[in-house]
This record gives sequence, structure tokens and C-alpha cells, in this order.
Amino acid sequence: MSKVLGLPTSELLLKGNASCPGCGAAITLRHVLKAFGPKTILIIPACCTSVIAGPYPKTAFNVPVLHIAFAASAAAGAGMSEALIAKGRDDVNVVVWAGDGGTVDIGIQALSGAAERGHNMVYICYDNEAYMNTGIQRSGSTPPKAWTTTTPGGNPGFKKDMIGIMFAHRIPYIATLNPAFPHDIINKIKKAKSIQGFKYLHALSPCPPGWRFDSSLTIKVARMAVLTGIWILYEIENGVLRLTGPSKNLLDKKKRLPVREYLKLQGRFAHLSEKDIIEIQEMVDESWMKIADMLESNKR
Amino acid sequence: MSNYFIPPISKPSIGSLGKTGSWRSLYPKLQLDKCTSCGLCWLYCPEGVIEIIDDKPRIDYDFCKGCGICADVCPVKAIEMVREGE
Amino acid sequence: MNEQNNIKMLTGNYAAAYAVKLSRVEVISAYPITPQTPIIEKLSEFVERGELNARFIRVESEHSAMASLIGAASVGARTYTATSAQGLLYMGEVVWWAAGARLPIVMGVVTRALAPPWSIWTDHTDILSFRDSGWIILFASNAQEVLDLTIQAFKIAENEKILLPVAVTWDAFVVSHTLEPVSIPEQRIIDEFLEKKRPQPHALNVDEPFSLGNITFPSDYMELRRSIDRAMKYAKEIIVSVDKEFGEKIGRKYGGLIEEYFINDADILIITLGVIGEEAKEAVDRLRKEDLRVGLIRLRSIRPFPSEILSKYCCDKKLCIVIERSVSFGGGGVILNDVLSTFYRYNVETPTIGYIAGLGGREVSVEDIVGMVSEACGRLKDGKLPNEPLWYGVKIGERYE
Repeated sequence: MSKVLGLPTSELLLKGNASCPGCGAAITLRHVLKAFGPKTILIIPACCTSVIAGPYPKTAFNVPVLHIAFAASAAAGAGMSEALIAKGRDDVNVVVWAGDGGTVDIGIQALSGAAERGHNMVYICYDNEAYMNTGIQRSGSTPPKAWTTTTPGGNPGFKKDMIGIMFAHRIPYIATLNPAFPHDIINKIKKAKSIQGFKYLHALSPCPPGWRFDSSLTIKVARMAVLTGIWILYEIENGVLRLTGPSKNLLDKKKRLPVREYLKLQGRFAHLSEKDIIEIQEMVDESWMKIADMLESNKR
Repeated sequence: MSNYFIPPISKPSIGSLGKTGSWRSLYPKLQLDKCTSCGLCWLYCPEGVIEIIDDKPRIDYDFCKGCGICADVCPVKAIEMVREGE
Repeated sequence: MNEQNNIKMLTGNYAAAYAVKLSRVEVISAYPITPQTPIIEKLSEFVERGELNARFIRVESEHSAMASLIGAASVGARTYTATSAQGLLYMGEVVWWAAGARLPIVMGVVTRALAPPWSIWTDHTDILSFRDSGWIILFASNAQEVLDLTIQAFKIAENEKILLPVAVTWDAFVVSHTLEPVSIPEQRIIDEFLEKKRPQPHALNVDEPFSLGNITFPSDYMELRRSIDRAMKYAKEIIVSVDKEFGEKIGRKYGGLIEEYFINDADILIITLGVIGEEAKEAVDRLRKEDLRVGLIRLRSIRPFPSEILSKYCCDKKLCIVIERSVSFGGGGVILNDVLSTFYRYNVETPTIGYIAGLGGREVSVEDIVGMVSEACGRLKDGKLPNEPLWYGVKIGERYE
């Protein structure tokens, strides 16, 4: 098997698919699939990826895929995981790959149920922070003040804390991902594969048409999210939090770039006032204080 | 499967949506003499159209959508986004 | 061969649970709803005691009950769940998904009236609202038939020319909770009748990857749907042959798509389904004592609809009376409409009167059925055939309609 930068070169997400140029989800999924390998069955609810796959009778995936209804991905994953146990197959990864709408809003009931029951599967939410597939409508994961087609004046809501919600389900492994840091993705997937039980991964998925930036800047935007601290890379293994990647060094506020460096790259934040930016900076700083608290409680 | 049974099954295909190279208005022009073989273009290409052959990138222009990420991440600016036809 | 003498007093629900155990189901999903709960309680007992080697998922909603079975069946497992009324409707989109994905899932539906207002009693409108979905829909009328039909359902669903999900239905409380003597076949015989589940041809597997359910353009969608319709046609033969084979191996057969009772010399045919069919047999006996040549067709299969055999038996009769526990608001009776359209297409000119009775669990007794037959005969004699179905036994003020 040939490798580049330590990663296998065979592609399980095939080129010539329907993803937009510069799609953050496509970059992430390419690496997720490399880390899982071909003995993987994907479950994809209604989301961008269900269209990215391309039309019958072809598909862009070189792994088996079950397309499923919007609200049902975690439940389908649970059933598939149980069936593989019944069939005596313990060598197949069951992976749900769902958008933020299908996770945070319509899919949250099934996700909560499957997590509470602890099925052996990996659930990955790729978060482009709106219902992008249907044309950029607000979801429960849209960040405060962001423009979407249903919040043209800026999102009045807050971004639902999925990590906190999954933490309350006492699952053995939770982690955040970012396409600008593929080796971090690979490490976390490998860790998730090695753990029995329900694993939840949440990937930031910058979206050029939805966030309003040029398709060449996806990695720049993704990287800036981490460097400003608005997206934190970490994993929580059996309740113990560990920062990973560049986030390891960003507990100190002075080391974080100001969040405006991230916001100014995106047209969906172009309407922000100075007051808005300060508010967002405060929210970012507060989230880091929570991280610091959790790290403190690790020690106890 | 008999011809009665037509399930909604799709087979893996390169180019499931056709030759997506036709989408682009800019294409990535390689300047291999500048290339330092860091592999970042291969790493970040959303489409997987970049192969590394003899330590240098080769782009499959049949499917490259011209997003420009490879040009953006290249640390030595060995890739330039050029208008199609130039 | 002959019936084995293992007879237990079982409710319809417990009979279903025994059938699931005998069928060696691999994945069961369960969400409780009255009046289905004893099924899943009994199945939990079997699993806990090690009598049934199944993975049992206590899902958090009916939508997930069906979705989890889709996940399980897509990789080739034999699967079962059960529900009623509101739960069935909550599963809505994923019920259709199971048929579109051609997955041989078997579901028990304890038919129950829809809310509002809340009702826990029997009514067929719930399962019949899925009659267009591609599910094979079969009606049992007593506990023994629930057991036998549930086992047969797996064989029908998994037939490689069908590969459609099957709903086995029975009436709330009257069948689901009523104790009857039920003969439980030996496991050995059922293992011969129902082979171990092999993955269906389109089961997802990592050795030969493909996807199930990609977006499909208008140029291709209709062919996929036509395939479901063709499988339904083929299912008519298989429902009959499976019933026959079950009769040969286990000793009980029911007649396939319909159960017939004294139809050959009948002038008047009652057409009904579910437990009303049991009462109707007694009504036929009573009316024959009064020299009225009545017969009964109990519809066992609603989808596929037994058009050919129904037309064949009804074409030379003087009157057909359809009695159903369902209605299509603003459009007549669900079963009546299927019967009349069948008659029209097959050139059957037999006068037909439809009755809507027993909604929300209202009792349809032998006397009620006798009453309907008498009233229908009266209308025929007076030449007053109604355009719409008649609602039987509905109170208006102090009068009954």
C-alpha cells in the first residue's frame, strides 16, 4: 500500500462526485475514510453528503453505504451494529456520517437513544453550521449572529453544545475534528476504532457557498477557527478531557489570535458591528474558561 | 438478480456526476521546479485528484473542480490558479 | 406432517412472540404501545432466558424502531418489530423506506383506532393507511393464525423474487388479548420450513461495496417502483404456495389470499377481514338455517389485493356485502373501493353494498352481521342500492342510523 505523509493513497471517496469546489466536508470525509479503511459501512441521512454521492446507478463511495431518512441515522446505525454482532462480524466499522441538521435538530432523539444504549458504533457530525443542502437555512448549530437565508439579520440563537449533550450521555469517547489538521483526525479515528461502545466525533466543516468565502480558502478558514480558539480541538476519553493539536497551547488567551481574524474571512459575518465582534470574543473566551475548569477537575 | 428485482443499488464509480473538470473557470497550473514535495496539495485536495508520482504532484484535470485550495496551501507558491484557456 | 400436541393457552400477542422465537429472528426492536406491549414483554423474557438468540433493541421511539430494523436488515439480518396506531403512523416515512429499500422486515401490527380522540380499541384504518407503500399486508383473525402467519411472513418476505416487508395484523384486544388454545409447532419443523436467513442479494457487505438509496433522477425512478409492483404480483402466488406448504408440513392451511366459507352455492357473499370474519362464519351458519344462501370471503391479503380470485368467486352472485373497520374520509370505504374497482376492471356486475362498522373497537356481533345482511337484502329487493358505503350502528341523537 503506497503512502504519502504517512497516509494511504487509495481513495475511498472517489473523484468526480457532486461536492462543491472546496467543500470542507469532502476533505474531512476523505481522511476519515482513509483512517477507517475499506471494512467500513457508512450510514448517511439526508444531508449534503447524500447528494455528494452522486446519482443512481453510480455512487462516489468505495465503501458500502446505507442512505437513510433524515431523523434516523443513529437508529439505523444502532440496528446495523446489532445485526453485525448477531452475524458474528466484529471486524466491520459502523460509521454514521451526518450533517449538523440531522444531528442537532431532527436527529437528536435517535442520537440520544443510541448513545444512551451504548451501541458499538462511531457517530460523526460534520458541522457546516446550517442546513446547507437545502440552501443555507439556520440550524440549531448555526453560530450566534451568522447570516443564513432564514436569519438574514444574523442568527439570534446560540450554537447548541453537542459535546456537552454527548458528555451527559457518559459515552467512552468524544472528540472534535477540523479538516485543516488531518493527522489529528486520523489519530482520533484510530483511537475511536479501538474503543468499544458509542463514540461521538464533531467536525467543523467550512462551506464556501454557505459561509460566503472563496473556495480556495477552506483550509485557511478551518485553520483560523482553531488558531483563534473559536473551534477547540480536544478529546474526552472516559470523562477526561485532553486538548490536541494547536489547541494544546491556546489556554493562554494571549496565544490565541483575536476571533475577528476568523470572522473577517467569511461573508456570513460581514454585517457584524464592533459590538457583535466583542460579544463573540467574550463567548470564545468563556468557552476556554470552561475548558480550563474541566482540565482542573481532571486533576481531582 | 432476476430482471424482476431492481433494487435502488449504486455501484462505486469515479466520476459519478460526470467529468467535473468541466465545472471550473480557473485551473491549477503546476510549476514543478519550485515544488519541494511537501505533499500538502495532495493532503488538502477535496476531490482527491492529485496523485504524488516520483515525489511530484500530478493533477487529474478531468475531475479537478478548480477550487484553488492546492494553490492556497502550497508553501512555496508552486501552484498558480490560471483562467481556463490561458 | 401432523400437528404436534404442544397446545398452550395464548393470547394473539403471545402467539406472535412464540412465532418470532420459532422463526429465529436475529434483531428485534421494541417500543411499547397499547395493545402491543405483551409481545415485546414476552420477547424480552425469551431473550433473557436464552431461549431466543436475538439482539433486542429497546429503542426510544417507533421511528427508530423501524429505522434500526432497516439498518439491521440492510446487512442481512432477520428482523421483527410490532406496533399499533399512533406508533405506526409515527414510523410513517421509514415504513415506506423499508419497502423502497426492498428489505424483508416483518412487523406485527395490532390494529387500533387513530387519535384524536384517544382510543385503544380495534380499527383497521391505521395499517390500511399504508396500503400504497409497497408493504405486503396480511390479516389474521385468531391467535393460531397470528402464530402461523407470522412464521409464514418471513418466508414470503425473504423470497428472492419478492424482497418486500410484510405486516401481519390482528385486532386490538379481541385477538391480541383474548386467550385461545394455540398449537405451537416444534422448532425442528419450523427450521425445515424456514431456512436460516441468508443475506439477500443486495445486502451491504464490505467485500463488494455498493450503496443503497442514492438520489435517482426522473429517468430512472419509475423502474425501481415498477419492480416493487411486479414483486407484489408475484407475491400473490407465493402467499398461496407458502400457505399450502405450511399446511403440508405443519398441518394447518387457511386458503392463501382469502379464506372461503360456503361460497360455492351462495347467492349472497359477505366480504370482510380480521376478527369480523370469525363472527361472520357464525352469521353465515345462522342465516343458512333460515334458508338464506350466504357465504363468506375473509380477505387475508389486502396488499397484494386478491383481485382475480375475488372476481372469480363474486361474478355469479346476486349480492356482495363488504363489511370493513375502516373509512377513507370523503372517499368511501377503503376495502369497498378496492372491491368495487376490482369488480369494474374484471367486469363483475354483482350488486355490492358496503358497510363501515366497528370503528374505534365498537363491537360487530353476529347479530349485527345478520342485521347488515337483512338490511342489504331489503335494499336490493327495493332496488335502492346506495352510492356511498353505509355507516352501521351510528347514533344520531336517540336514533341509530
